[in-house]
Amino acid sequence: MRFLETFFNGAVMAKYLPDLLSAIVTTLWLSAVILVLGLSLGLALACLRSLGRWYLTLPIVAFADIGRALPPLVVILIFYFGLPGLGISLSGPAVLILVLSGVLAAFAEEIFWAGLTAVPKGQWEAGRATGLSFARTLFEIALPQAIRLGIPPLVNRALAITKMTALGSVIGVKEILSVSSSAQSFSGSATPLTMAALAYLAIFLPAVLLSRLLERRYSWAV
Amino acid sequence: MTAPSPVHQRPMLEINRLEKRFGDTEVLKSIDLRVQPGELVFVIGPSGSGKSTMLRCCNRLEEPSAGTILLDGEHVTDCRGAALDRMRLKIGMVFQGFHLYPHKSVLDNVMLAQLRALKRPKAEAKARAMEMLSHVGLAHKADAMPSELSGGQQQRVAIARALALDPKVMLFDEPTSALDPELVGSVLKVMRQLRDEGMTMLVVSHEMGFAREAADRVVFMDGGVVVEAGPPEAIFGNPQSDRLKSFLARVSKAEE
Amino acid sequence: MGDFIDLFLNAEIMAKSWPLLLKGLGITAKLCAAVIGLGLAGGLMLSLGALSPRAWLKWPAIAFIDLFRAIPPLVLLVFVFSGLPFAGLDLTPFAAVVVAFFLNNSAYYAEVFRAGIQSVAKGQAEAARATGLSQAQAMVHVILPQAVRNVLPDLLSNTVEVVKLTSLASVVSLAELLYSANMARSVTYNSSPLVLAALIYLAILWPLVRLISRYQRGLAAH
Repeated sequence: MRFLETFFNGAVMAKYLPDLLSAIVTTLWLSAVILVLGLSLGLALACLRSLGRWYLTLPIVAFADIGRALPPLVVILIFYFGLPGLGISLSGPAVLILVLSGVLAAFAEEIFWAGLTAVPKGQWEAGRATGLSFARTLFEIALPQAIRLGIPPLVNRALAITKMTALGSVIGVKEILSVSSSAQSFSGSATPLTMAALAYLAIFLPAVLLSRLLERRYSWAV
Repeated sequence: MTAPSPVHQRPMLEINRLEKRFGDTEVLKSIDLRVQPGELVFVIGPSGSGKSTMLRCCNRLEEPSAGTILLDGEHVTDCRGAALDRMRLKIGMVFQGFHLYPHKSVLDNVMLAQLRALKRPKAEAKARAMEMLSHVGLAHKADAMPSELSGGQQQRVAIARALALDPKVMLFDEPTSALDPELVGSVLKVMRQLRDEGMTMLVVSHEMGFAREAADRVVFMDGGVVVEAGPPEAIFGNPQSDRLKSFLARVSKAEE
Repeated sequence: MGDFIDLFLNAEIMAKSWPLLLKGLGITAKLCAAVIGLGLAGGLMLSLGALSPRAWLKWPAIAFIDLFRAIPPLVLLVFVFSGLPFAGLDLTPFAAVVVAFFLNNSAYYAEVFRAGIQSVAKGQAEAARATGLSQAQAMVHVILPQAVRNVLPDLLSNTVEVVKLTSLASVVSLAELLYSANMARSVTYNSSPLVLAALIYLAILWPLVRLISRYQRGLAAH
């Protein structure tokens, strides 16, 4: 009974529900912006890399490697606390969007590129032999197959990175975790944290189940 | 042999002193070959003799190291960028591995280059695709995905895909080598039909029976050079060089 | 440019904060060892559970995996650290981090192991059973060695994620690498310690990230 009182207190829930709802909206739009920016940047980088010019490949690979190797929180702190010293002050949401879409782009570039290299050479040859240009062959033949191969890992990675919007709580973004943490210290009850966990489950559990479905659907051999 | 015939005809495909090196390895050493309009030229030879490389040089999937290639009097070897893409429209190619696009239906496979490279209107491209698919006997599979077809059917779709672009010449790179024996016949039947319609064809293949029966001329390559060329009766019935003799002996032994 | 070097690449401040960061790195290493070790063991158990034909093993295992893949690790950490004390479970920061990330990571490792085990041809298990090996022996001697080899890049990439994840421990004031660097930053009003921490993470993780890319390229070439 004390357990319910501590973690599922109805009065506390009712009190903080409006705050939490607006925090959910914040988490959702941040996630959407990060997904769109990160995936499109990653795709664009993979396409540029397929041109095979070293002066494009080198910086793209460096970006993808660093983006995958650095803990995002380190970069978030550097941007949030360091940049104002140079006269560049970015808001918490701006830093979060910048860093997380960059990280997603780094992973997405690698996944799209791995997909492109997995498309058999004969597909390129068939396209070029029928008079299609390099760009046409890339966009009509190679990329659709590469994206299809990349969908399961992309969904998993996109999921992992949108979950990182919770890192916004460290730099004052009013998303789910930060709102429920402060509610927890105000109310002296663990209930807001339970609400946060439930809110995240409501958002991400369908995504996890979807990723299972996609993995089964797209696990075909070329 | 090189003396002009009384009725002089410009070759459809002309390969002059073609050379190809991969690093230090010389794969093709000065190949000369002419294919007349409507002629079916068959290229045979042991694996590693350079036959496929020669074929792939004809549409520049492989970049020649030296020499020139002309299609109906136009230089293939001088083309760059978009001009090369346009030139490739006139050179149909059929691969050993079919290379149908797995994410597109049979119909879309045949329509893609018509729409994007040839810029045909959609209705026309579709009509042409259906025409070519019925030509290879697969109109009823238009909406199927490539993975639902047998190897022989996939290869016939690949032939239709190339034909739909109205090429002046068709290159066949071991079109039946990846097929189960019982499926080879259906592909050869389509090729024979093409020949009877007057298509110019250059075929690299191990189907000796088909060469004997359908080829106008047979070219034997070995070690990157053309060793012997002539009508099939001469090549198979009266081989001159030792290399051709031992090749034919090995092949007929393997076929037994 | 001078400003930038002074604020982000200040050698003097880096040198001064070096001992503190090194100490933090030690704690990061301990965290990694604990989370990776427990995560691998837990993940293997969970994956065997999820693949079991017995429903009472299978469904709880899958529910556990999906639940902890859906909740952001930082939310889990805050819940364990600030929420559980309400239920009388007071953990030290180190223990809280290990528990929270164990829950998160065993779920991720489980998915990798599951994919690996499923990638081994069915005939392998049949051949092993046909030669008189027990089910457990077949798993240990025949299936798992092949499974692990097949998913080595994914295991490695998940391990890289664990190392990056430990930086979140700074949020509950555990003095690991990032926390130490951020302390040094707030004392010196200079971001160089954070950059130094980033460089340390890069030095450790970049080679691994490169290796993963190489592996994936190799697999794609098959």
